[in-house]
Amino acid sequence: MPRIVVDVMPKPEILDPQGKAIVGALPRLGFTSFSSVRQGKRFELTVDGEVTEEILAQARDAAATLLSNPVIEDVVNVEVVEA
Amino acid sequence: MTELPLIGEAVAVAAVPRLAGARIGVVTFPGTLDDRDAARAVRLAGGTAVPLWHADTALGDVDAVVIPGGFSYGDYLRAGAIARFAPLMSKIIDAANSDAKLPVLGICNGFQILTESHLLPGSMIKNDHLKFLCRDQVLRVENSNTAWTLDYQAGQEITVPLKNQDGQYLADEKTLDALEAENRVVFRYVGFNPNGSRRDIAGISNAAGNVVGLMPHPEHAVETGFGPESLDGIGGADTDGLGFFTSVLTKIVGGDK
Amino acid sequence: MSTETTKKFNIDTVANAEKTPDTELPWAGLGLKQNEFDDILKVLGRRPTGAELAMYSVMWSEHCSYKSSKNHLRQFGEKVTPEMKKDMLVGIGENAGVTNLGDGWAVTFKIESHNSPSFVEPYQGAATGIGGIVRDIISMGARPVAVMDPLRFGAIDHPDTARVMHGAVAGIGGYGNSLGLPNIGGEMVFDAVYQGNPLVNALAVGVMRHEDIRLANASGKGNKVVLFGARTGGDGIGGASVLASESFDDTKPSKRPAVQVGDPFAEKVLIECCLELFKGSLVEGIQDLGAAGISCATSELASNGDGGMAVELTSVLLRDPTLTPGEILMSESQERMMAVVTPENVAAFEAVMDKWAVEYAWLGEVTDSGRLIITWEGEVIVDVDPRTVAHDGPVYDRPFARPDWQDAVQADLFTGSVQDAGRPAAPAQLAAAVTELVASPNMCSKAWITNQYDRYVGGNTAMAFPDDAGVVRVDEESGLGVALATDANGRYTYLDPYHGAQLALAEAYRNVATSGAVPMAVSDCLNFGSPEDPDVMWQLAEAIRGLSDACMVLGIPVTGGNVSLYNQTGTTPIHPSPVVAVLGKLDDVARRTPSGWREDGQAIYLLGTTAVELDGSEWANMRGHLGGLPPKVDLDAERALGEILINASRDGMVDSAHDLSEGGLAAALVESSLRYGVGARIALQDVMDRDGVDLFTALFSETQGRAVVGVPRSEEVRFTDMCTARGFAHTRIGVVDADSGTLAINGVDELALDALREAHEGTLPKYFG
Repeated sequence: MPRIVVDVMPKPEILDPQGKAIVGALPRLGFTSFSSVRQGKRFELTVDGEVTEEILAQARDAAATLLSNPVIEDVVNVEVVEA
Repeated sequence: MTELPLIGEAVAVAAVPRLAGARIGVVTFPGTLDDRDAARAVRLAGGTAVPLWHADTALGDVDAVVIPGGFSYGDYLRAGAIARFAPLMSKIIDAANSDAKLPVLGICNGFQILTESHLLPGSMIKNDHLKFLCRDQVLRVENSNTAWTLDYQAGQEITVPLKNQDGQYLADEKTLDALEAENRVVFRYVGFNPNGSRRDIAGISNAAGNVVGLMPHPEHAVETGFGPESLDGIGGADTDGLGFFTSVLTKIVGGDK
Repeated sequence: MSTETTKKFNIDTVANAEKTPDTELPWAGLGLKQNEFDDILKVLGRRPTGAELAMYSVMWSEHCSYKSSKNHLRQFGEKVTPEMKKDMLVGIGENAGVTNLGDGWAVTFKIESHNSPSFVEPYQGAATGIGGIVRDIISMGARPVAVMDPLRFGAIDHPDTARVMHGAVAGIGGYGNSLGLPNIGGEMVFDAVYQGNPLVNALAVGVMRHEDIRLANASGKGNKVVLFGARTGGDGIGGASVLASESFDDTKPSKRPAVQVGDPFAEKVLIECCLELFKGSLVEGIQDLGAAGISCATSELASNGDGGMAVELTSVLLRDPTLTPGEILMSESQERMMAVVTPENVAAFEAVMDKWAVEYAWLGEVTDSGRLIITWEGEVIVDVDPRTVAHDGPVYDRPFARPDWQDAVQADLFTGSVQDAGRPAAPAQLAAAVTELVASPNMCSKAWITNQYDRYVGGNTAMAFPDDAGVVRVDEESGLGVALATDANGRYTYLDPYHGAQLALAEAYRNVATSGAVPMAVSDCLNFGSPEDPDVMWQLAEAIRGLSDACMVLGIPVTGGNVSLYNQTGTTPIHPSPVVAVLGKLDDVARRTPSGWREDGQAIYLLGTTAVELDGSEWANMRGHLGGLPPKVDLDAERALGEILINASRDGMVDSAHDLSEGGLAAALVESSLRYGVGARIALQDVMDRDGVDLFTALFSETQGRAVVGVPRSEEVRFTDMCTARGFAHTRIGVVDADSGTLAINGVDELALDALREAHEGTLPKYFG
């Protein structure tokens, strides 16, 4: 069954404590090539049947209203992945 | 770090010279919260609490280690995931696996660190009800042969505070069966499973019984008037957690039962 | 980490400002009024630079300058007796007041609001509210030891209430639990008046040795100024002036500020790091960064010190390299502190920072110029007298007048009203009424909320919710500790602001005394509507007058607090809600008195007399009535009751004590029974005969100055003798009945504790899951 993948990230200007903690830990383990980490969320919405434009629009709507908090997060990607 | 940042001085306890010689290390990571409480519990049990700092590269001459609760590194990646790589942790892992079998107790975040370190099997995920929960929790001691439960009776019920967000113990069925078969389920929730843990498991041990981890907080039930509520008040459930610390002290000074 | 070079901006320097006096400045957009902008021109003798304008606009906002309330708040400093001063080590004006506890210990506490941010983004708003108040406490040199959260939300069944409730409670838990500070109490009130303006107040308390008290001042020429903690980002830019100074208006989303996001882990590390600095005496002065960020910290440190300060703004570590100088000055990024360090302590200071992996930047130094000079790559962008920014803001004598509707409201009595018809009288009706009362939104168990907070961490919590006060041990050796309670009743204060505010104080005072502690100090968070509305301004003026008068009678000083104005939707303000916190002292916390009875056969006494006072009561509220006058205030009686409760606790004469407030005797009896699941047999005939009231009134009236106590049989004579000697009304109303599992009140159908518990504890889960 096809799935719609929604990626949500903290807004660029918003502090991301999670990313900050991880970027601090990386060099301690020898991973020194990464200057910044931001931690987001991935949602997978399973669809019974074909993903129509209408369903995709619904997913976008859900992403903007429920899956993300528009005050502090952006929906950065909504895409269809065939199973 | 020379001493833990305590409010006031150590509680005066009638010294038990035999036990006071036993040195229990208490580890502090950035974000550790219950280190002072764990140190107090060690002292109230009659031992000597030795502060350990996550960046230390040697364990010193401690006889046992408590990894207390809290939110190490904010628990931002996964609970315990970053702390597990602290320099001191590799020393603790080596000592726990060595022939000397250093007794290690992981409480709450400490338990999570022990599972991330693979000293204990399984993992903790968010509570099934998704909320942080703080309550007085009844536990059954299933195994009184570990380094940390010698002073309890198998089947004994104790009440200690529980407080966590990610307390749902999870492991695959094979691991769970093995834990049960080897009598490594040390504590089970009684009456109410507060987080959806598989088979009501509150705490487990490694095969040798020197490493024990549990989600509830025995170090918050060691002093009358400051522990879980009880109808009896004085001498009631308040100090049910003290046995963890007297157990390990007894073991260290050679009073194995 | 980030290695961005300084961005090039079109920097508005002081020199440029002098050359271009006619440049148009966006002062109105920054919330300044024409007269305020004119004042800035006068103070500087030229137009401000963009950076200076940013500083003045945030520091002269209502939130930071208290310009509408200052003239009234003075009373807290003026109405002070020698008795009130005797234990005050630091008074109002610093980050938080400090009170002497004895044995070399001192305690500091403060309550603040984080209302508007908590409506916009409940989780982060409530979380950063905790963060801010905790930093206030650290900056006094204290170790924070507990927090409390008084909350006031809209109607329990309104869909938006669930959003605010879930967010705010999770935020308080998520942030507070991560700091290792036990949450020991608070309040939860539901009322439609708070629908668009929820009140999220936060209290923190900290303790220290006398020698560790730190103040926010920058003294000593050549001492270094350092900013440490989190990096500076675009958080809450303009939040201080725009958000808190103007009512939130849905139709203008552009006014929504960037939300501040809290990082509790960074705050926890900052706490430990600061305590290590204090221990090594490595800082001369320290200031937390809250509203108005660096603007506030630099101007307050400099104006409280003995000289000036010079700061290079490009040294500030940024999270967002695109920030302009004005934005850096206004940013409200959380988890930051500013300190003044002597040159010889610089290396030791840096070692502490490195140990805790806290970032820091040396920004400049203390000077003897008397000026606050801020440069950007060496060019002067701010050159001001710091006092003009921090202390000499505008002060308004806002017009106020008793609202023309006040008389009509006060004349609209509950007794005899339409809503009062069908008042219960039969035993079955009364039993149903008691059950309905304890299940009502405001009287129901708050365990659903408080179970999401850690009350154990630290191992010093001797009492917490649902007892009358939270109690924390300070000294493990002696058992010395503090008790804290917060209270407010918006309905009482709406009916009569002067007495309503006094009732809030009286209840908090009573709660602290009920726990056995001696009340010592007050902190208040004054939540009101727009001061530009003369009706609201009158409420505020009356509440402050009432509070300050009552503090004189009770003999306890206000040591700090906060004013939150513009809590209104359109032209409809919230009920005036002065939230009052009282702090008390217990020589040994082992003596504290819990609110529930436990021992079979103990005598139950009602202290105080009962009048017909149902106006503004919880019962009237449940029936949809709000009118009349609130219960009478009798502060002398409160003081006498307090002394009885404190003595009884100290001398072991009572095993339980619970104050009577909202919900009256009915609520108190149920709560004392449910506390440990132990029932009682109660007869109120003596009370009804003596006070001339019916059973319903005896149970539901909210007359003040009352408490219910459980007295061991062996202490009964001693206890009643004490009450008699002090001339305080006391009536034996029943006995503890441990085995019955019921609360049996003569004239009321028997109430099974199981059913009461189900009703009491079921309400919040029913609405919030």
